[in-house]
Amino acid sequence: MSIKLIAKNAFRHKLRTMLTIAGITIAILAFGLLRTVVGAWYAGVDASSASRLVTRNAISLIFTMPISYKEKIRQISGVKLVSYGRWFGGVYIEHKNFFPNFAVEAKSYLDLYPEFVLDDNEKAEFLRDRKSCIVGRKLANRFGWKIGDTIPLKGIIFPGDYEFVLKGVYQGRDKSTDETQLIFHWDYLNERLKKDMPLRADQAGFYMISIDNPDLAPSVSEAVDRTFKNSLAETLTETEKAFQMSFVSMTEAIVMAIRTVSYVVIFIIMAVMANTMAMTVRERLGEYAVFKTLGFGGRHIAVMILGESLVISLVGTVAGIGLTFPVAKVFGNALDNFFPIFNVSAETIYMDIAAGLLVGLSAAALPVLRAVRVPIAEGLRRIG
Amino acid sequence: MLSSPLVAIRNLNKSYSRGSQIIQVLSDINLDIREGEFLALMGPSGSGKSTLLNLIAGIDKPDSGSVNIGSIDITTLSETDLAHWRANHVGFIFQFYNLIPVLTAFENVELPLLLTSLSRKERREHAEAALRAVNLEDRMEHYPSQLSGGQQQRVAIARAVVTDPAILVADEPTGDLDKVSATDILELMRRLNYELGKTIIMVTHDPRAAEKARIVKHLEKGIMNEH
Repeated sequence: MSIKLIAKNAFRHKLRTMLTIAGITIAILAFGLLRTVVGAWYAGVDASSASRLVTRNAISLIFTMPISYKEKIRQISGVKLVSYGRWFGGVYIEHKNFFPNFAVEAKSYLDLYPEFVLDDNEKAEFLRDRKSCIVGRKLANRFGWKIGDTIPLKGIIFPGDYEFVLKGVYQGRDKSTDETQLIFHWDYLNERLKKDMPLRADQAGFYMISIDNPDLAPSVSEAVDRTFKNSLAETLTETEKAFQMSFVSMTEAIVMAIRTVSYVVIFIIMAVMANTMAMTVRERLGEYAVFKTLGFGGRHIAVMILGESLVISLVGTVAGIGLTFPVAKVFGNALDNFFPIFNVSAETIYMDIAAGLLVGLSAAALPVLRAVRVPIAEGLRRIG
Repeated sequence: MLSSPLVAIRNLNKSYSRGSQIIQVLSDINLDIREGEFLALMGPSGSGKSTLLNLIAGIDKPDSGSVNIGSIDITTLSETDLAHWRANHVGFIFQFYNLIPVLTAFENVELPLLLTSLSRKERREHAEAALRAVNLEDRMEHYPSQLSGGQQQRVAIARAVVTDPAILVADEPTGDLDKVSATDILELMRRLNYELGKTIIMVTHDPRAAEKARIVKHLEKGIMNEH
């Protein structure tokens, strides 16, 4: 009967309870979405491999390195595979259609990224045709591209019009794999550069290095950078995670603000819920006095109030979690350009549940103390 | 034949403070109540009769003096022990019935039994028997709001007797009822006393209610007057 009583009490003042549940639902939804935004911010970091290193020009990412570095890097002990590429930054029809596009040494690049899952035939076709490209599944869906379509890109960093034949659509092996990229052949870009801008040819914007063992990352990184010390293009080598983090850290203040807002949302709903429980307990002090008169102790009263508070907060939490998935999907689709990975993580759900429990328990704490402490005679005087 | 005192109150004092003012509510009360008695406590408002009832029922603490129920001085019990004692030894009947509105008549009567070790089936049997005793077996699934005042008070009486307590305390049990319902409730209490031998202590303003009691005591300004 205790559970039945708790449930009945929770919905005794239907309008107030429903409004409180609605508030918690919205708060949990907002909290979940904000946490997902933070997660999306770190998606690149999360998706990075511990056994991949990135080598770039030590001065800045916008400076390049000679293509001849590849062979020298390959000879360093601990290096398994080397690939390279350049950020192309091409525009599809208009700027608002932004998506990441890279010119890469295709064979080695795909070997380095096994999480880009590509059909064998499509892969063979892509590797065979230097004017071809592959795109991620989400990107293909976004623009309705099919295999065989010609995709025109306007070069901004490398001025000119470029056309690529779509030969394959890759799928992410993991939920965290970015499916919004376009990848084409570095050779194709390099040929155009040799013709139009010869000084910019035979250069790589980055080298991707696969190593035998993640434990070797510091020593291999140091060896790579030592190799090119005092050259015209000194290098900076770091793990892929550190490389991705360097982008995130530029916007750390924004991430911190989003995180703070997410906690503020929970704090506000905690106050709303505490107000609801305070009103409830104030109205029922006489009733609790009757319970005490019948022999129910402080523990029983506490369980009743805590239970009621938890029922309300957890109903709101479950509804909020339930809504988070479809809303995150709509949100993710709308912001595909900014957040290629926008998944509600298990950690976010755990945090939602923890927030729901925290709201339920903390909102009931003071009302429980009041209900337990009020003398029976005083409680009974409130009736009638 | 009446037995030895079930309730023995000695030199009981109780005061309340209102700001810096101390209000003496009960002064040096001495009272014996034998098992099977039906005692009516009468007196004007503010005379301290409800306070005395609360002290006998263990829901308030005196400033000094003792309240012995059976062999236990309940003024020495801790809050937890007192709650346990109340659950086992006292049944309460209030002026405003004080039923839990979200529970049915049956569930309200079953409530005190939740603190016992009875099985669900046994609880059901006890609660149904109590409701039968107050002629409400056909209203078991009704909520308090679906019952008249008299019926609610009968549910409250069933709740008070369901654990078979030694003492029933009633604070103005007919104070919120019409004449017919009040007569009905008083007759029910008289039967509980005469037929089942329940010790009843009732606070009332109503002389007709007091007529049902075997003994009437008067309180005035916190002092017991013998009549």
